[in-house]
Amino acid sequence: MSTIDSMTPEVEPTRAVPPPSDRAASPRPGRRRTRTPLTWVREGGISRLLFLLPLLVVFAAFSWYPIVRLVVMSFQQTNEVVTTWVGFQNFKEVWNDPLFPIAVRNTLEFAGLALLFGYPIPLITAVLMSEVRKRRGLYAALAYLPVVIPPVVAVLLWKTFYDAGSTGVFNTILGWFGIPPQQWIQSTTQAMPSLVLESTWANAGGTIIIYLAALTAVNPELYEAASVDGAGLWHKIWHVTLPQMRTVLLVTMILQIIGTAQVFLEPYLFTSGGPDNATMTVLLLIYDYAFGNSLGAAYGEAAALSLMLVAFLTVFSLIYLRATRAWSDE
Amino acid sequence: MTFKRKTRSFVRTNMTFAAIAALAVAMPVGVASAATAKAKKSSVVHISVVSLIPGSTQAAFNEFDNQVAEFEAANPGISVKGVQYQWLPATFAAKLASGTLPTVFTVPFTDGRSLGNNGQLANLTKYAEAEPYYKEFNPAVIAEGIDSKKQVIAIPTAAYAQALSYNRQLFSQAGLNPNKPPTTWAQVEADAQQISQKTGKTGYAEMGASDNTAGWILTTLTDALGGRMETGIGGAAKATFDNTAAVQALNILHTMRWTDNSMGSNFGLSWGTSNQAFAAGQIGMFVSGSDVYTNMVQADNINPAIYGLAPIPTAKTKNAGVLGGGTLAAVSPKSSPAQIAAAMKWINFYYMSQLVTRKGAIRNAQTLVKDKQPVGVPELPVFDKAIYNQDQKWIKPYINVPESQFAPFNNGIFSEDVIPEPESATQSIYGDLDSVVQAVFSNQSADPASLLAAANSTGQSSIQQGNAS
Repeated sequence: MSTIDSMTPEVEPTRAVPPPSDRAASPRPGRRRTRTPLTWVREGGISRLLFLLPLLVVFAAFSWYPIVRLVVMSFQQTNEVVTTWVGFQNFKEVWNDPLFPIAVRNTLEFAGLALLFGYPIPLITAVLMSEVRKRRGLYAALAYLPVVIPPVVAVLLWKTFYDAGSTGVFNTILGWFGIPPQQWIQSTTQAMPSLVLESTWANAGGTIIIYLAALTAVNPELYEAASVDGAGLWHKIWHVTLPQMRTVLLVTMILQIIGTAQVFLEPYLFTSGGPDNATMTVLLLIYDYAFGNSLGAAYGEAAALSLMLVAFLTVFSLIYLRATRAWSDE
Repeated sequence: MTFKRKTRSFVRTNMTFAAIAALAVAMPVGVASAATAKAKKSSVVHISVVSLIPGSTQAAFNEFDNQVAEFEAANPGISVKGVQYQWLPATFAAKLASGTLPTVFTVPFTDGRSLGNNGQLANLTKYAEAEPYYKEFNPAVIAEGIDSKKQVIAIPTAAYAQALSYNRQLFSQAGLNPNKPPTTWAQVEADAQQISQKTGKTGYAEMGASDNTAGWILTTLTDALGGRMETGIGGAAKATFDNTAAVQALNILHTMRWTDNSMGSNFGLSWGTSNQAFAAGQIGMFVSGSDVYTNMVQADNINPAIYGLAPIPTAKTKNAGVLGGGTLAAVSPKSSPAQIAAAMKWINFYYMSQLVTRKGAIRNAQTLVKDKQPVGVPELPVFDKAIYNQDQKWIKPYINVPESQFAPFNNGIFSEDVIPEPESATQSIYGDLDSVVQAVFSNQSADPASLLAAANSTGQSSIQQGNAS
């Protein structure tokens, strides 16, 4: 019940007997009260609606309307001048597009590599940092620094690192060890791992901060009890830290999976999906459908693929939450 | 009685809110009604037009404003609003979709007919055919502004040919004669190797980004060697990626990339970054439009002394030619008939008068000089050669580019056949070819013939999709 409702006389607990003139408006025990537009107005409905109105307008204009428009557009062929209804044709065209399986495979590769490297690194870093006695704040700030750098600037910076010439930053370092220059983002095999490396560097800071906060919530008595039982550092982490952080770990994992499934920035800014479509991801394909060429005529396919991605992520999230419910409820 | 007072208070408050809300809703309606009434009284036609690229000097904008004032004085019933504009594929698509393009805007040749066939450009036929200059258009050029229904949907304002830009300084440093650029692809290969070995710079660079530019340049090379990436028009067009000239072009690139090692280390160049690298003196030769020098002056601060321009080397075969391109002025299809008529008057005044009248040519040259932009950059004739030569005479006092360094191009281009861009799904065709070029650049064992054969079916799908509407 809202605050305004709690102020209304009908439920005012201190009034034992309402004045005679108000008895008609009072609910009688065992009888369902009839609600009319008038009672809605008298109970402050208009003011509630007016208070809500800005929020409703903003959500309607920038969230709900685009979602509805997306669903509608996925069944249309449109260039915003000429529009025809095409049923499921857009979904069929996306499904039959040779780039679709490539984009799905690349997205899975990015998500897999990010999960392999990007997920444990912040956790390990946070656990190690929590063990440090001095200058923990400094280390946290250093870890968070890449998050503060604007993503476009970070990518431009890393582009110079990945310069394929022998004078490129990474190739110079490799040269010190006698390793020949690598092609990095210009190689079909090295491009995707290169993007994951930059992405991990850029995003780890935020996750580290979350883990550090979660670590402070672990009851120190548990560590003391573990110490009494003779547990070493590794056993404390395995038997105390990780179980105590399981809810946070589960949430960050699904957030990371959803985030990496929607990877766009790195492939768009580094490689535009190349070389030879080696970094073409699902979101980049959606972008290419809509804006890849100046005619931008495939909005229907872009909307259809967007819906397919939403459906997949929704189903995946539900399965994930159901599968991990037992663990998180422990 | 507290309850009753409270209830009345709520009702009163609600009524007050309702009154304010009603007033808030009514006010804009009232203002709009007043505005409508005012608009009805006025017979002025309002149009928005593209002005100059963002970042142009204040002097240039002042000059543009003067032209607007002159136009409005000559056409009292028309009000013109200038909008800064630079055609970029992604932003153009977004503006097109959102309906935020100005009434008059420009598009490259690649898009004109496709946009027209999709109903995304206004029909200008009756206005264009009434103009005295209409019959003087170079037939190959005006064809770029006519859709499949034979409607004029855009007016060509400038044309260019693909060309070989080369660094005269690096040529000299490598022991090559800067006044004798290569005229065959074998010479390009040899000169690139010599530049690379003698100077340590990239001998020959080529666009390889996934933004349709890699396919665009591959198509240029293929045309120069006598092949075509597409035949036919509209829905009847056929992708012909797997032609021998395209295979030959990719083999040349493969040799320079993997055997000669003369293409440097950056294989992801786009139009802008290749200009930057060239202006910075990092590239010996590269292929782009004959008007690319303008951008290098505007955006990359090129030293004019290093710049040289030559025609694309073409094979001695019947079909070999130089890929052309250009700019079209078009009108939004959402314009009213009065706005379309006004837009056409603006196109005549701003774009066409500089090509066919002395006053217009001089005014445009003065604007460019004030904006510190080059005057005299090689273009192809939009009309016939006589009108082009006349125009060049008018602007001669204002030419500020090193003309002698453009001589190899100017002396050679008029004897070449200019090939129009693929008619159907042009941008998509180029996009489909991007990955073929990238595969050759990134994989030493890449087989050009099989890559082209595989991409051909994708290209055919692009043609079908592009003509589905």
